[in-house]
Amino acid sequence: MSNLFIPNPKEAESIHILREVAAQFERPVLLFSGGKDSITLVRLAQKAFYPARIPFPLLHIDTGHNFPETIEFRDQLVAELGLELIVRNVQDSINQGKVTEERGRYASRNTLQTTTLLDAIEEFKFDACIGGARRDEEKARAKERVFSVRDDFGQWDEKNQRPELFDMLNGRIHQGQNVRVFPISNWTELDVWEYIKTENIAIPSIYFAHKREVFFRDGMVWTANEHVYRESHEEVFEKMVRFRTVGDMTCTAAVLSDADTLEAVVAEIRDSTISERGARIDDKRSEAAMESRKKVGYF
Amino acid sequence: MTHNRKLIKIATAGSVDDGKSTLIGRLLYDTKSLTTDKLEAIEKTSRQRGFDYLDFSLATDGLIAEREQGITIDVAHIYFNTAKTNFVIADTPGHVEYTRNMVTGASTSQVAIILIDARKGVIEQTNRHFFISNLLRLGHVVVAINKMDLVNYDEDVFLKIKADFEVLVEKSDFKTDQITFIPISALKGENIAKHSELMPWYVGNTLLDHLEVLEPSDLHESTVARFPIQYVTRPRTEAFHDFRGFSGKLYGGSLKVGDEVTVLPSFTESKIKTIHFFDQEYSEALPGASITITLEDEVNISRGDMLVKSSELPKSEKQISATICQVNSKPLKVGDKYTLQHGTNRVLAKVESIDSVIHTDFTGEVPASQLKLNDIGKVNFRLSKSIHFDTYHDNKSNGRFILIDEGSYDTVGIGFID
Repeated sequence: MSNLFIPNPKEAESIHILREVAAQFERPVLLFSGGKDSITLVRLAQKAFYPARIPFPLLHIDTGHNFPETIEFRDQLVAELGLELIVRNVQDSINQGKVTEERGRYASRNTLQTTTLLDAIEEFKFDACIGGARRDEEKARAKERVFSVRDDFGQWDEKNQRPELFDMLNGRIHQGQNVRVFPISNWTELDVWEYIKTENIAIPSIYFAHKREVFFRDGMVWTANEHVYRESHEEVFEKMVRFRTVGDMTCTAAVLSDADTLEAVVAEIRDSTISERGARIDDKRSEAAMESRKKVGYF
Repeated sequence: MTHNRKLIKIATAGSVDDGKSTLIGRLLYDTKSLTTDKLEAIEKTSRQRGFDYLDFSLATDGLIAEREQGITIDVAHIYFNTAKTNFVIADTPGHVEYTRNMVTGASTSQVAIILIDARKGVIEQTNRHFFISNLLRLGHVVVAINKMDLVNYDEDVFLKIKADFEVLVEKSDFKTDQITFIPISALKGENIAKHSELMPWYVGNTLLDHLEVLEPSDLHESTVARFPIQYVTRPRTEAFHDFRGFSGKLYGGSLKVGDEVTVLPSFTESKIKTIHFFDQEYSEALPGASITITLEDEVNISRGDMLVKSSELPKSEKQISATICQVNSKPLKVGDKYTLQHGTNRVLAKVESIDSVIHTDFTGEVPASQLKLNDIGKVNFRLSKSIHFDTYHDNKSNGRFILIDEGSYDTVGIGFID
């Protein structure tokens, strides 16, 4: 019986990149946040190495301010696929006095993650960290390479990046350097959602519309709970919301939505006129926010 | 990402002030790909700078340094969709030291948009952009003659530039149906998404319509199959105890179960037993597929080896001649040693001799003793082991390589095998 395989070009490209990582590096790790992009990466890695198991562990940098739904989902996924999970906590970095907790109106542990991540890279001697960043997310990301070389301090030198020709990836690095790898660089937010739908990939429940206590600030919808700083005049409402990105509670805004199925979510994204990072409170701090964070080793 | 939406990758090339960033911003705007928050940021910044129009170039100029200088300095990737097509634009800068960046951006693209300022016509940089498109053997070139608003939308201006460009086309390997000329104004949105009423003399497609009708199958070369092995998949689990699969991406042509294949460099022959993608088996795979193949016989295969059909063997040689584009500030000289990465295979390469540096404007070549940054030249190498290659002209994927510096490990050169 004839049975022709017609590749999906973006999926094929991502699988090619993941196999290059497994072949070119000794100690790769997949940075797992519990968000849809890193969940998509796990599915792509499953496909890349099937019927063998994914040949690298997952690393989760836990800010301590994650949505409980995300953590529950993470543990379930890891158990189901028989993956190795490493967790490192921002709280430990705070306790060790390496970073200081931010205070006040826009306090977040998002930037503190960098120190915990760099320490974990050093602890486990990871030479390649696979991440779910996409070039369409943000202007500074648009110039990121697929294999992005970082020095001992995790720094990104945007003016001195290796040219990447065709799909030939050069993963040779010196002792102490590591590479950040972005297999879904060329996917858009809609690509990811359509893929999740086509592949029927499970995602944390907070991506779907649910009732939540929220408050409004700067035109954004904030989660109201003990981790998020709120001023006394900022009134709390119960609303139907969902999250478009799933990061730390302190830097991820919700959107008002009734989309409670994948079909409804994909339709909403397709028609949306607000960018995904528009709901990232950390990017609003300044126009060059992301680039400045990346230079110092932010993921 | 659905299978019925096609993927088209485009490189944009233009000189400083040709309005390239504006064109891209305009494409995003006209396809409703600019979200409200991005559009608001553009409006705000345009106002702050005192412009009386929307500066769409702000949508793409990503890095702080560039924003300060007002020029793009690297390759940026931009994405937009229409109902039928996913587009990826590799935006490459236009200033003099552009070769490295344009080659990089164009290497992942099937189509180039070359921008020409209608007031300036075909200039030296236009020659270079087209030369690189030709060197890389892109599938299609759109010549977008921009700023028509500044020449009163005059047809004669358009025709003169078209005629000048056609002289270049004759010197290239392109066929005339691979080149399309479109008069546009990116700033005013003329002939981008809507037909310009101010240029009734132009009856062709708008830029967006033209990009939509391009078919990926026409833009890819159709040649023989090459399957470089990336990774050997050995599950070592009870269910797949003896499974030994060869994983990689298929290039050039398709492979079928039952095909008689030869493994290089060992020249061992076998037959394809199964073709896998994830948990499914297929009888045939098309080029571009990242698959896993098993063979009828137990063959010793490792990363860097290549599977080909036994009737379509490539060349196997230790001595090669190639056109090199130097992308590092350290010059390439006779006697230099590099790691040469060809597909998934790496060998050592020594520069035996340099024949010439090629003028990138179709005016010939001159003898040279070294290749400097942004030079393109003819170089002869001796290799530590044979590689199994085709010429870039016959088979793009198997006719190209990169040079890696032994000290810095940087990618310093790109080779197209002659």
